[in-house]
Amino acid sequence: MSTALLISVGAISGISAFLALLMVIADATIANYGEVKITINKDKELNVRGGKPLLGTLMEEGIFIPSACGGRGSCGLCKVKVTEGAGQYLPTELPWMSDEEQAEGIRLSCQLKVKNDMFIEIPEELFNVKEFRGTVSSIRDLTHDIKEVTLELIEPAEIDMTAGQFIQLQTPEYELTDEPVYRAYSVASNTKDKRHIELEIRLVPNGICTTYVHNYMKEGDEVTFNGPYGEFYLRNTDREIVFIAGGSGMAPIKAILLNMADAGNSRRARYFFGAKSKRDLFLVEEMRELEKRLPNFTFIPALSNPEPDDNWDGETGLITDVVAKHLESGDNVEAYLCGSPGMIDACIKVLTDKGVPEELIYYDKFG
Amino acid sequence: MNAQAVPVVIFFAAIFTNNILLSNYLGMCSFLSVSREIKTSVGLGVAVIFVMTCTSMLNWVVYHGILVPLGLEYLRFIVFIIVIAAFVQLVEMIIERVSEVLYAALGIFLPLITVNCAILGVSLFMVIREYTFIESFTFGLGSGIGWFLAIMAMAGIRQKLKRARVPHGLEGAGITLIITGMMALAFMGFSGMLPIG
Repeated sequence: MSTALLISVGAISGISAFLALLMVIADATIANYGEVKITINKDKELNVRGGKPLLGTLMEEGIFIPSACGGRGSCGLCKVKVTEGAGQYLPTELPWMSDEEQAEGIRLSCQLKVKNDMFIEIPEELFNVKEFRGTVSSIRDLTHDIKEVTLELIEPAEIDMTAGQFIQLQTPEYELTDEPVYRAYSVASNTKDKRHIELEIRLVPNGICTTYVHNYMKEGDEVTFNGPYGEFYLRNTDREIVFIAGGSGMAPIKAILLNMADAGNSRRARYFFGAKSKRDLFLVEEMRELEKRLPNFTFIPALSNPEPDDNWDGETGLITDVVAKHLESGDNVEAYLCGSPGMIDACIKVLTDKGVPEELIYYDKFG
Repeated sequence: MNAQAVPVVIFFAAIFTNNILLSNYLGMCSFLSVSREIKTSVGLGVAVIFVMTCTSMLNWVVYHGILVPLGLEYLRFIVFIIVIAAFVQLVEMIIERVSEVLYAALGIFLPLITVNCAILGVSLFMVIREYTFIESFTFGLGSGIGWFLAIMAMAGIRQKLKRARVPHGLEGAGITLIITGMMALAFMGFSGMLPIG
């Protein structure tokens, strides 16, 4: 009995050991591409061990390329421009590449292996981007269709970001999606609190991520997100500020205002917030509070379609009309817009008509 | 098990009457996920033919050379899996080093089929049906070609299907499984013509 046991254990171990040895030898000889150099944006050089996919190699060097599927080649997000050293396209990349992208040398970094020296180009902002894990510490209703979700960071424990930037939140696989998807949401909380972020998420009918957040997400759930991204932050000038937002476009502007209040910023600022009726209006008290903390700040909510029992005595009409009415001249103004593409385009027109230079209108468009 | 099973018969039986995918429903996972386009299906299909043929021979040697003499037949599941995994990994490394063209056409699919149950299935059938070395070779090759045919046919159908209006709940894997079922029914027409067990 014991010999039978020994034979079987010995045979399995022997076969496994032999194959393992074979793999180790192969790994050290056949798959050894030695040290290769990756040059990023022509100036930053990385010396890395060759043989692994570009996505993972960059991640080990602390450069995070957004990817939803974790390197299986099924999301098509981890695109990177490779100017030299890539070799030919692999069949697993082609479904994600348009002809223009192929002409430019865009590659799927999870499929492309680093075998020789490479020259690649990555947007500068990605150098600071990381992947975070966190737990949902609270969910509350801001309006009938907007929820405020607070996340507490687990790993890394802190996030460094500029007020106004956004993150990409991962929706795991569930009824509406076969694989994790990422959607961008602006951070609404004070960036001084590096351990938490607050998102304002409006329910979009059949929206993959918003449906998940509204109907499936519970307090205590673990979530994954990456960031920060975006150029939507307050420029340090002396110009007068005009903020315009609608719906969940409130989020980045709230973060910027909290940041201004902490810094004791005394620039003149007006915030036009558009909603349909009173039930779409939220965080009014917080804004009034900010008016007290900021000497030159006014919050101007406007309802386009107030209900009779709203008892609304504030501004009424389309947000564009309200902005046009209040803004005398745009010569000394810079503007920050966040909302639906339609609203933003309409507001840009009003602002430029008033004389606001187009290059001083900053916006985040969320479809 | 079956006296009249000569290598040639086994070869054709494995392709048509006992198609590993359509009669045994093995190797479904990669069949469902990679059958969207004919081009990629060809790549995967060729990789499966190659790996099936090689691993069935390799496992025959391991089984009859090591496991049977030691009386360890019951360990074949574990041993076959290890051998397949190591073999696929090695081949991938070699192809990647040697030829970029071959890697782009074939090598990229190899990791996908390391865990393909059809590959293990072929090795296990070979044991159950007590094939000789030559028979195992033709069985592996035939099964590979059979799998290749099945995925090619499916990719062709799915390319046409892109323009069809599939009910929402059946999109993707759902409709693919139904079509697979119909294909299996069609292949049943061959059954009994070449009995190999």
